[in-house]
Amino acid sequence: MQKKYLKWLLLILLFIVVTGIIIIHSLTSGDLKVSLTDLPRLLFGQGEGVEFTIIKSIRLPRIILGLAVGGALSLSGVILQGVYRNPLVEPYTLGISGGASIGVALTIVFGLPQLIGTYMLPLAGFIGALVTLFLVYMLSIRNGKIKIQTMLLVGVMVSFIASSIMMLLLSTTTSENIHSIIFWIMGSLDEPDTKLISLAVIVSLLSLFLSYFFVQPLNALRLGEEKARYLGINTDVSIKILFVITSLLTGVCVSMAGVIGFVGLIIPHLIRLITGSDFRILLISSFIAGGGFLVFCDTLARTIIAPNELPIGVLTGMIGGSIFIIVLNRINKKSLID
Amino acid sequence: MSVFFDIQQFSCGYYRKFYIKNINFDVAKGSLTGIIGPNGSGKTTLFKGITSELKAKEGRILLNGSDISLMNYRERARNFAIVTQNIEGADIRVEDYVMMGRIPYHSKFQFFETKKDIEVAEKYLNLIDIVHLRHKLMNELSGGEQQLVSIARALTQEPEILLLDEPTSHLDISHQIQLMNLIQRLNAQLGLTVLMIIHDLNLAGEYCDYLVLLKNGEIYKKGTPEEVLTYQFIEDVYGTVVITKTNPVSGKPVVFPVSERTLKQVQDSR
Repeated sequence: MQKKYLKWLLLILLFIVVTGIIIIHSLTSGDLKVSLTDLPRLLFGQGEGVEFTIIKSIRLPRIILGLAVGGALSLSGVILQGVYRNPLVEPYTLGISGGASIGVALTIVFGLPQLIGTYMLPLAGFIGALVTLFLVYMLSIRNGKIKIQTMLLVGVMVSFIASSIMMLLLSTTTSENIHSIIFWIMGSLDEPDTKLISLAVIVSLLSLFLSYFFVQPLNALRLGEEKARYLGINTDVSIKILFVITSLLTGVCVSMAGVIGFVGLIIPHLIRLITGSDFRILLISSFIAGGGFLVFCDTLARTIIAPNELPIGVLTGMIGGSIFIIVLNRINKKSLID
Repeated sequence: MSVFFDIQQFSCGYYRKFYIKNINFDVAKGSLTGIIGPNGSGKTTLFKGITSELKAKEGRILLNGSDISLMNYRERARNFAIVTQNIEGADIRVEDYVMMGRIPYHSKFQFFETKKDIEVAEKYLNLIDIVHLRHKLMNELSGGEQQLVSIARALTQEPEILLLDEPTSHLDISHQIQLMNLIQRLNAQLGLTVLMIIHDLNLAGEYCDYLVLLKNGEIYKKGTPEEVLTYQFIEDVYGTVVITKTNPVSGKPVVFPVSERTLKQVQDSR
C-alpha cells in the first residue's frame, strides 16, 4: 500500500513537471520569441516595453486561463465518466456544453450582462449546464438504470438543439449581439477581464478540492450504483452534488472560453491508462494534465498559422474526435455497451 | 430472546408490476439458508427487499430486533454484504477490489486505508486463498476467480449476514462445488450467517440447513431440505416431473429430472 502512494506521488510530480515544460514553451513561443534566459527577468522583474507587456499581460493570463479551463473540463469529464461508468461521456458529448452555451447566448441576446455585471455570463452558463445535465440524466434512466446508448443519443440531440437555438438567436438578434455571440462561440483563451480569469481559477481549484470529498462514492461507483449502495454509499446525494460540481465547472468554462470539446474525454482516458482507475489519483492527475493539454493546444493554435490564430476548439475537436472513435471502437469490441 | 434475522409479513415489489406478498420466515444466527423457486417466483425481488433496494409495502425486516429500513446506508453495509452474479469493476486490481469492502468503516472523508483495513483485507485474501491474484485486474480473472474475489470483498465488510445471489451460476460443476464448499467452510469457521438465492436444487439440498421455496411471490414451503425437496412440492411449484432420492453418502435429498421421452416410454410400457 505504501508503495502505491509513493507511485502516485511520483506520477503527480511527473505531471507537474510536464505541465511546467508546456508552460515555459508557451511563454517563449509566438510571434515574439523569448529566450529561456530572458524569461525569469521578464516574468519576475519590473520594467516596461513590448516584451514585458506580451509576457505579463497577454501570454501569462492566457496560460493561467488555459490551466484553469483545461483542468476544469478534464475534471468534469473524469467525474462524469465515474458517475456514468462510461469512458465516452464528458461535458461535450452529453450536451452539457451545449446547454451552457444556450444559457450564455440567451443572456447576451436579452442584454442581461449589463444588468447584473461581469459574473452574469458564468452564472448563465452554470444554470444552462445544470438544467441540461439533469434533463439528460432523467431521460436516460429506465427502471433505475442508466441506458448508456439513450444517454449518448440524448446528449447528441441536446447538442443539435443547442446549435439550432443558437442559429435562431443569431438570425433574430441585433448585429452587435451577433458579433458578441460569434466571437464567443469561436472559443478562445483570450480573456481580457482579469476578474473573470480569477473566477475561473477559483472555481476550478475549489471544485477540485470539493471533488475530493466524493472520492469514496466515485471509487465505489466503479461497481455500479446498486453495488455502491451495498458498500454504504448514499449514491443519490453524491451523484446530485457531483452533477452540480460538473455543471459549475462546465458553465464557467463555456462562458469564458466558448465550447471546447473533448478535453474531458481525451485526458481522463489517457491518464487512466497511466494511473489506473482509483479516483484518489485520477482526479488530481486529470486536472493537472487537462490544464497542460489545453495550454499546449492553445500554443499550437496561436503559432501554427501565425500571425493568424486557429480557434482552440478546432484542435481539441480534431484530436479528441479521433480518440473518441478509437475508444468507441475498442468498447464495441469488448461489447461493453449494453 | 429476539430472533436473529426476522422477516415479518413482508411485501415489496415494482410499481404496478410484480410483488412478493406476506413473506414470513426467520433465520438463525450461523445458519445457511437457501431461497429457491422457479424463474419469476420472486427470489430476486425478495433479495432486493432485504437489501432495501425495494421499499417495504407492508411488514418489516428485523436484524437483532432492529428494523433494517431505519438503518442508514453505512449501517446496512456493515450488517449485510452482498455478492451478486455479475462482477463489475473490470479495471480494478484484486487487492483494491477486496479493500473496497472497508468503505462502510471509513469516515466519510477518509482518504487513506488504516492499519486495521489492511489487516482485515489481508486476512480474507489469505482465508479465501487468493493472495496470488492480488496484483491482477478483475478482467484478467476467470468467472470462478472473480466470484472468490467478490466473496473476499464481502467478508472484508465483516457483515452479520452474507447475501449471495446465485453464486454458482456461470460456473462448471467443479467450480460450483469448490465455491459451495468454501461457503460452507466460512459458515462453520466464522459462524457467518449465509442467505443465498440458489437455482440448483441439488446444491441447495446438499449444502443448506434450511430452504425457503417461493411460488408466484409467496412462500410455498419452508423447512429443512428433506421437508422442502419432495417430488410433490417440486412438481407443483416448477410444473415438471422429477424424482427425488436420498444421496447415499450425505443422506440429503437429490432431485433427478425425467425427460418427456422417458416419461412416455414408461407410460407406454405400462
